[in-house]
Amino acid sequence: MSFDFDSVQLIDVSRHFGRRRALSHVSLSARAGDIVGLLGPNGAGKSTLIGILSTLASPSSGEVRYGDRGRAASGALRQRIGLLAHELFLYPELSARQNLTFFAEIHGLRADEVVAPALERAGLTDRADDAVSGFSRGMRQRLALERALLHEPRLVLLDEPFTGLDDRAVGIVSDRLRALAARGAIVIAATHDLDLAEGLMSRIAIVRGGRLLADEAAGAGLRGRYRAAMGSTWSA
Amino acid sequence: MFLRAALLVLRKDFAIERKSLEILVTTLFFAVSCVLVFSFGLVKEGKAPTDAAAAILWIAVAFAGTLALGRTFERERYGDTIRALLMAPVPRPALYVGKLLGVVLLLFATEAILVPLIAILFAAPLLARPLLFLAVLVSGSVGFAAVGTLFAAMLMRTRSRDVLLPILLYPITIPVIICGVRGTAALMASPADEAMAAVWLSILIALDVVFVTIALWTFETLMVD
Repeated sequence: MSFDFDSVQLIDVSRHFGRRRALSHVSLSARAGDIVGLLGPNGAGKSTLIGILSTLASPSSGEVRYGDRGRAASGALRQRIGLLAHELFLYPELSARQNLTFFAEIHGLRADEVVAPALERAGLTDRADDAVSGFSRGMRQRLALERALLHEPRLVLLDEPFTGLDDRAVGIVSDRLRALAARGAIVIAATHDLDLAEGLMSRIAIVRGGRLLADEAAGAGLRGRYRAAMGSTWSA
Repeated sequence: MFLRAALLVLRKDFAIERKSLEILVTTLFFAVSCVLVFSFGLVKEGKAPTDAAAAILWIAVAFAGTLALGRTFERERYGDTIRALLMAPVPRPALYVGKLLGVVLLLFATEAILVPLIAILFAAPLLARPLLFLAVLVSGSVGFAAVGTLFAAMLMRTRSRDVLLPILLYPITIPVIICGVRGTAALMASPADEAMAAVWLSILIALDVVFVTIALWTFETLMVD
């Protein structure tokens, strides 16, 4: 059963782990074409938010809506979500080609159609048959991004996607995310890098202590706005 | 879709194991060492205590199986690939079945070495009734692996998983081990007690059905969140 959506919405979502509150009454929405930056310090709740959006975690309260449907769409919904977390979801013993082939097939794709172009986009065509364990962090990160995008997801969730990338690779990944958004994907990326967020994101959501402090257009002066938002909670 | 996803997971695990041979070699080494130690301790002048071979076979299978279970899911923990598997648009219990098939095949490979080794060292007529013995061995292995695969998956993100796995696994799988030992012992008796072996086999099959059903039913809930 095919399923698609052009917006994603968190409505008053909270998430508790025992007595610890990871997210508290967060409401946030994004539409096709948005690149939303989730900003905040370590432990702010960014990864929890991404986990909930990815369907790997459930909210303790509140609702998540993908278009006009809730989370119940299961397999059909997961087919439209791509996730790249801090851990790269790659098997180090397998080659780049074997990794992509496995993930393509488990997504119901024809590996012979999607793997070679993905390797080319990752710049790994000449290392396609080398074990991933021999790759640098940047090479793995590029491969992991292509793994997450193999099935052309509508919702692209990225947790620190620029970790370990050099300037050139950051530029390539940024261009890739812009192209995805231009084609109608909803990109939500958690990052610490304010400079990157300023140049790449169309919107930013600042999270701290599980609370959404700001949800506004990105643009100039982001560092100052971020500091102001952080400062307001320090003094609260 | 379900079977295809399970077979893809199995094929992927097989490809990794073919490159590293890590689990197969450690499991075999452990199982063979275990049998050798028992044979030096128990076999006197070429004779072993009655039914010792049956007990040692299943102890070796259980211990080696526990080792294999831990390592199988360690691979999914490293790189957090289990989350990528859970994000795939396939029925999540199919992932469990794929991992289960991998563990069962590893157990079969181990048993293929253990059975002739024990038969020789303990002078045990393990293959006197080959079909019935094979049925007991297969159903016992499936029952043990069904529970073990679920617990190993469940404990994957737990810090003390290496300690907790046997603590949780053995109490639940003791009925499987007992049925396996008694069924094997009945087949080794002289003359072989096929009727009793069939009773133990039917209990084993019933346990397999219960364990696999519960595992398929609970896997998704245990893994997500």
